[in-house]
Amino acid sequence: MRSDGPSRGGFVQPAAVQPPRRVPLWRNPTARAVAFQAVAIAVLLVLAVYLVSTTIANLEQRGIRSGFDFLENEAGFRIGETLIPYSPSDSYARAFLVGLLNTIHVSALGIVLATIIGILVGIARLSRNWLIARLASAFVETVRNIPLLLQLFFWYAAITGLLPAVRDAVAVLPGIYLSKSGLMFPVVKLGNAFPFVAIALLLGIVAAFAFRTWAKRRQDRTGERTPVLLVGTGLIVGFPIVAWLVSGAPLELDVPEKGRFTYSGGSSVTPEFLALLLGLTIYTSGFIAEIVRSGILAVPWGQTEAARALGLRQGRILRLVVLPQALRVIVPPLTSQYLNLTKNSSLAVAIGYPDLVSVANTSLNQTGQAIECISIMMAIYLTLSLSTSAFMNWYNRRVALVER
Amino acid sequence: MRLTGLAVAAAALLGVSGPAMAGATLDAVKERGAVRCGVNSGLAGFSIADSQGRWTGLDVDVCRAIAAAVVEDAEKVEWVPLSAQQRFTALQSGEVDVLSRNTTWTLTRDASLGLHFTVITFYDGQGFMVPANLGVDSAKDLSGAEVCVQSGTTTELNLADYFRANGMEFKPVVFESFEESKTAFFNGRCQVYTTDRSGLASLRASDAPNPKDYVILPEAISKEPLGPAVRRGDDEWFSIVKWVIYATIEAEEYGVTQANVDELKANSENPVVQRLLGVSGEMGKLLGLDNEWAYRVIKQVGNYGEIYDRNVGPDTPIGLDRGMNDLWTRGGLMYAMPIR
Repeated sequence: MRSDGPSRGGFVQPAAVQPPRRVPLWRNPTARAVAFQAVAIAVLLVLAVYLVSTTIANLEQRGIRSGFDFLENEAGFRIGETLIPYSPSDSYARAFLVGLLNTIHVSALGIVLATIIGILVGIARLSRNWLIARLASAFVETVRNIPLLLQLFFWYAAITGLLPAVRDAVAVLPGIYLSKSGLMFPVVKLGNAFPFVAIALLLGIVAAFAFRTWAKRRQDRTGERTPVLLVGTGLIVGFPIVAWLVSGAPLELDVPEKGRFTYSGGSSVTPEFLALLLGLTIYTSGFIAEIVRSGILAVPWGQTEAARALGLRQGRILRLVVLPQALRVIVPPLTSQYLNLTKNSSLAVAIGYPDLVSVANTSLNQTGQAIECISIMMAIYLTLSLSTSAFMNWYNRRVALVER
Repeated sequence: MRLTGLAVAAAALLGVSGPAMAGATLDAVKERGAVRCGVNSGLAGFSIADSQGRWTGLDVDVCRAIAAAVVEDAEKVEWVPLSAQQRFTALQSGEVDVLSRNTTWTLTRDASLGLHFTVITFYDGQGFMVPANLGVDSAKDLSGAEVCVQSGTTTELNLADYFRANGMEFKPVVFESFEESKTAFFNGRCQVYTTDRSGLASLRASDAPNPKDYVILPEAISKEPLGPAVRRGDDEWFSIVKWVIYATIEAEEYGVTQANVDELKANSENPVVQRLLGVSGEMGKLLGLDNEWAYRVIKQVGNYGEIYDRNVGPDTPIGLDRGMNDLWTRGGLMYAMPIR
């Protein structure tokens, strides 16, 4: 600490003559910050305790059952579509799991499809072809600016309104039927060969990746390119086929058969699932298209020119030069679109798809335990979102430009 | 809709309404000068708002009767339309004084939701409706069908129980809103629609493009006793709601109608009628009301038979016979505890 007075006009006094005066605690910025935060946390804790205790007291006073014991009770209701075996005699916990898996099912597919469509449309918006660019803009502006719920109603009404009743189902191809009850199609039953084929498929995928790494090294070394896509696809498809042939080529088709009301056998996609998937995919792809476009525009034009000067073709410029640099701009906002899509899937209740919210609503009504059911829902969506974020952040770090 | 549900749940969490104490509801209603009544947002015959915004229906008239007894005017009701999911939380949190929304009395609800059912105002059972051209005439033939159903009701559970008990398969398509579920059925998404049989009749009368194209199957697969419920912990209010409904049934039994109530009040020699209409005895005082409470109910709303006939009776589009809902003296289940 140095005062200005005495030093003016004279020479500067040595600074370290006096030991620095002790600053009182309330003037110490660090201590003050810690104190403020401690107070804030204390207030928050008191509020939380007050909230929880009031709630518990109110519930008890009114004779309302509380607690999570009900999760082990028999659920008793049926769920329209399930990815795992489920019957009404299973527990509420399992019913929640079925709902959760349905949510993940539609969200995961939606994310993949929305990304693909979004990237295509985003690139199309930048096309030099006037018609393609305008069509892409029209698509983006339309789907972004109509509320998702309305779009879901639209798709659901379109599917159930335009298609014939299930008794007059149209055969799109032999064995494939389309009606108000959805799309019914045959599935191949592999029987005993299933485990071998599944293992072979995994091996095929591993082999394809190994091949890609090898091809890359080879290109680095010799400059020669290998048809990675072709060989990779061959490996992924070929391995299971060989395994299937080796295990005796069992072939049994499970074809949908017309019953009194609907078709039985085979597999099916319900109109609820289809409408939800369509709605979520198209709505989100509009936003993703804009993110992709902004990402591409963020890469300086010089990069493209330089790549062109090297003699790369348009497709390669995009894939090898522009997109990798655009990704660092694209990935963070893309993550929030993925989160939005997952959360938006809860609108499924409106069109009858049994997602987590639908199952939780039914459970809530049967048990009357609103607080518990709603907290379970919130906890699950929070976990889903945080996991997606964590994954995307990891990916973002991986694609981030290494600054030199 | 879900947002409102959350808001209601949040209100319950925060304990906005404060604890319910004996007599608190009656005092609150009197101070407000109106009964706050939770009703269905749209079920013809039970609770529906007409084009002028006036609410009509059996459940609605129950609320009017309570208002006539307590605040002396049947029109002094604040209507709170509730979804199936919202209804119990709305009652628990004090959002409504009475829940009169075609709600089934079950053990779980009675014992674990912090509410008391008062009196059954409509005995019902769950049934099935199918398009006539399917050629189905029994619920036993429904194995393998797709069933449209609204979530948040006892219906889903009964449906699963019935098919399970009969070893039959089905696929539920569950909608959150009543509107979506019925649209899906009439669009042909499902072959079967299920809800209470009164609801099916109401639906067929008011929503089917051509009522003759749909049949209601004969089976009633469950017992659905419907009646208003009140919050636990306020016995005085519980008694009032209970006895207002009994008064309407008692009035029908002793032939007291909206038309002749004034004359009977002046001239009737029947001690039962005299006690009911407050000519003798102190019945109203015992409930914490005045002695003309039941007189006003009959004068302004009518007796149970009149309420029934006006809203769901054979001469209405709903067209339901009295059946189980007739007086016990005529072989039905309507039996009022004696007012004495």
